[in-house]
Amino acid sequence: MIQAAIFYLFSATIVLSALMVILARNPVHSVLWLILAFFNASGLFLVIGAEFLAMILAIVYVGAVAVLFLFVVMMLDVDFVSLRAGFARHLPFGLLLGLVLVVELATVGFYWQFGDLALQARAFPAPGADSGLSNIQSLGVLLYTDYIYIFELSGMVLLVAMIGAIVLSLRHRPGVRRQSVPKQNARTTVNAIQNIRPPVSEGIDTDGGVK
Amino acid sequence: MIGIGHYLAVGAMLFTLGVLGIFINRKNIIVILMSIELILLSVNINLVAFSVFLGDLTGQIFAMFVLTVAAGEAAIGLAILVVYFRKRGTIAVDDARQMHG
Repeated sequence: MIQAAIFYLFSATIVLSALMVILARNPVHSVLWLILAFFNASGLFLVIGAEFLAMILAIVYVGAVAVLFLFVVMMLDVDFVSLRAGFARHLPFGLLLGLVLVVELATVGFYWQFGDLALQARAFPAPGADSGLSNIQSLGVLLYTDYIYIFELSGMVLLVAMIGAIVLSLRHRPGVRRQSVPKQNARTTVNAIQNIRPPVSEGIDTDGGVK
Repeated sequence: MIGIGHYLAVGAMLFTLGVLGIFINRKNIIVILMSIELILLSVNINLVAFSVFLGDLTGQIFAMFVLTVAAGEAAIGLAILVVYFRKRGTIAVDDARQMHG
């Protein structure tokens, strides 16, 4: 009973905030609604018993992805009103497509059930409560043994994404004074120090020579 | 009692809202990227629901990989968006058709 109440609370909030993400006028509000949706999905995972994914969702989605969105939305000086120009024009087509999707998904949902094969073909059955393994422990055991190659591959995906984002957004502005370590290291006393003897009561030229 | 059908219904609603968001915010690429995040979240909900109700841990592992790819995709997409904004001063996707080659 209490589980059902919590499920309906979380899922109603998810659907409502997803609706607000796509309908909000201000993209900053969209991002904030998105954060709410992620938090509630995290709660839904907690209810269902996937604790590790719930924590990962809160850390990765809310802490990294949503904040990235927030940074970009706030940094770009975009006229968001003009971007909503075609909103009413695209709405009927979008609603039609959404309706088709809903009907299709409902059809699948009503006529679908677990086959015997699906229950027999479990690749890695979850350990029961009597095994003493928590969700995180059993996931870790699986992730670092059977899925180690895919795990490392996803690490490479993140590395490539990081390098790609840096390469894409890095720009060299002219006129910025930067430190050049090789130039500094190549400086010797021969080309850095100059002995001059200026005549009495006359200054020296700005480029170092005698006037 | 809450069964797998309830979770699948939430996933389906989230997926539909994400697709709808792509279609009604055709010009605003930031909201399109957020809609893609919503779609990936609905996929994750489906994977985790099947994983728990089947008693198979593979679904949760793959939900983690989906999460990884979603994070990378958001980073690259936003970087491209920033570069595009610097070049053109707007993020309207209608103009992006001249980005051939």
